[in-house]
Amino acid sequence: MESPILNSQNFNAYFGNNHVVKNVSMEIPRNNVVAVMGPSGCGKTTFLRCINRMHELIAGATTSGIIELNEENVYDMHAIYVRQKIGMVFQRPNPFPNLSIYDNTIAGYKLNGIKLSKSEKDGIVESSLKKAALWKEVKDSLHKKGTFLSGGQQQRLCIARAIAMQPEILLLDEPTSALDPISTASIEELLHELKKNFTLVIVTHNMQQAARVSDKTAFFYMGELVEYDDTKQMFTNPTDTRTQNYITGRFS
Amino acid sequence: MRQKDPGLQVKYEMLFSRTLVITALLILILVIGLFLTLLLESLPSIQHLGFGFLFGKTWDPVSNVYGAYPFLVGTLLTSFLALIISIPFSMAIAIFLGEYQPTGALSAFLKNIIELIAAVPSVIYGFWGLIVLVPLVRSLESKIGVVPYGIGIFTASIILAIMIIPYAASLGREMISMVPAQLKEGAYSLGATRYEVIKAVIIPYTKSGLFAGILLSLGRALGETMAVTMVIGNSSIIPTNIFAPGNTMASVIANEFTEADRSLYLSALIELGMLLFLVTVVINVIGKRIIKGFNT
Repeated sequence: MESPILNSQNFNAYFGNNHVVKNVSMEIPRNNVVAVMGPSGCGKTTFLRCINRMHELIAGATTSGIIELNEENVYDMHAIYVRQKIGMVFQRPNPFPNLSIYDNTIAGYKLNGIKLSKSEKDGIVESSLKKAALWKEVKDSLHKKGTFLSGGQQQRLCIARAIAMQPEILLLDEPTSALDPISTASIEELLHELKKNFTLVIVTHNMQQAARVSDKTAFFYMGELVEYDDTKQMFTNPTDTRTQNYITGRFS
Repeated sequence: MRQKDPGLQVKYEMLFSRTLVITALLILILVIGLFLTLLLESLPSIQHLGFGFLFGKTWDPVSNVYGAYPFLVGTLLTSFLALIISIPFSMAIAIFLGEYQPTGALSAFLKNIIELIAAVPSVIYGFWGLIVLVPLVRSLESKIGVVPYGIGIFTASIILAIMIIPYAASLGREMISMVPAQLKEGAYSLGATRYEVIKAVIIPYTKSGLFAGILLSLGRALGETMAVTMVIGNSSIIPTNIFAPGNTMASVIANEFTEADRSLYLSALIELGMLLFLVTVVINVIGKRIIKGFNT
C-alpha cells in the first residue's frame, strides 16, 4: 500500500494551558478529500492550522507530537517551506485588496521574492485560474482588483492563489461558510476536480457537505479524534455513539 | 404605559441636529474669522510691499525693508529636514508597536513614552537643545569643517524631528494594528516571512494612513515656534547650507513681535503669519490629494 501523504502521530496542540487538540493520530492518503467535522470548539480548525504550522503564529500557541508530510516531520522543516508545500484557504475570502486578480494569483511568488518571467507568470496565472474554475469569468479583467469579484469568485481566486504555489496538500478551513448556496455548490464541484492533482483536507461544520465532498471523514469532539473512516461507512454505520449522536443531530 | 408624544420627540430630534449643525458651523466661522483677521491686519503690508514681500530676500526692519523669502526657505528647510530625520524612527516605532509587539508591558510603556514626547512643552525641548544638542552639533561642525555655530537649521531640525515623531508613530501604529488578521494569515499561508508580510501586505494596506500621520507631523513641524526659535540662530539671511543659522516664519514672529514699533513692521509680521497659514493649507491640500491617489 502507498504510504500516506500526511501522517499525524499522537499530535497535541495548546493555547497556553488550554489543551485543544488531544493526541490525534490519523493518516491521510494521497489524492483524497478528507473532511474534518465536529461541533464548534472541537479543535478541528486548530488541528488544520497545525498541519501547515499556522497555529504557532498565535502568541502562546504550542504543539507536541509529529505531523509527517511524505514521512518527514513538518516540525523539523522551515515553517516557510511547509506553508509553500501545504496551501491554505480560509473561512472568509481574503484576496489582497491592493493587488489585481493577476497579481493575487501569483502573490505567493511575489511574497517569497521568486522572480518569474512574463511568460512564466502568464502560464501560472492561466493554469491556476483554470484549475480553480475561475478563468472563464475573469480572463478579460485580469488587471482589475480582486476585491471587485463576488464572494464565491473571491474564494476561487484564493484557491487559485494557493494552488499556484503547486502545493501537495490544500487545507480548506470552512471555505464555504461565508458563501451563498450557489457559490458553495460551485466550490464543492471544484473540490472534485482538484482532487486529481492535490490532496484536500477540508474543515466543515456542515455534515451534508462532508458527506457530499469527502472520501474519508474525521469526527472531532472536545479535542479528540473520535472516529476516522471512509465517509460512507461513517455516515451509514458509525461505531462510536458520539459520532452517531452528532450525525443524527442530537447535539451540534 | 403612556405613549410618548411623537410631536415632542420630533422636536427634540430637530433641536439635537440643529445644535450639531450650529457647533460645526462655529468651527467654520472661527477659521474664516481667523483668516480674515490676518488678511485685514496685513493689508497695509500687502498694499505697501506687494509681491516684493514674498520674493524679497532682505528683511531689515530698521530700513523698513521686509522680504519674507529667507523665512519661507527656513521654514520649509527645517520642516522637511525634520521629516526626513523622523520618518525612519516613527515608522519603525509604528511597525514595532502595531505588528511585532501590540500588547504587553513593554509596548504599553513605549506607547506612554511616545505620548509623553508629544506632551512635553516645546520650551523644554528648546532648553534641552541649547544645553545638550548645540554643543554636540558644534563639535560635529568643527570636525567636518563648517563654521561651528552649534545653533542653526540643522539643530532646529533635529529638535523638530524628535518633537514630531509621536504624531506619525501613533497614527501609524493604529493603522497597522487594524490590518485584518485574515490578510496577514493569507500571506503567511503562502510562505511569507514576517518581513515579507510587512512589506507586501501591511504597508500597502496602510500606506494612506501612514502618509496621513507623516502629514500630521509635517503640519506640526511647520508651525512649531518656541523650540525652533531657541536653537535656530535667528538670522534673517537666506541659509546657504543646513548648518547655517536661519529663521522660520514662526520664529521671526515670536522673536520680533514685541519689538515691532511701526505699523508697517507689525503688519509685515502678521502677513508672515498669514503666509505660514497658507503654506500649511497648501501642503495639507497636496497631502490629501496624494492620499486620495493612494486609495483609488
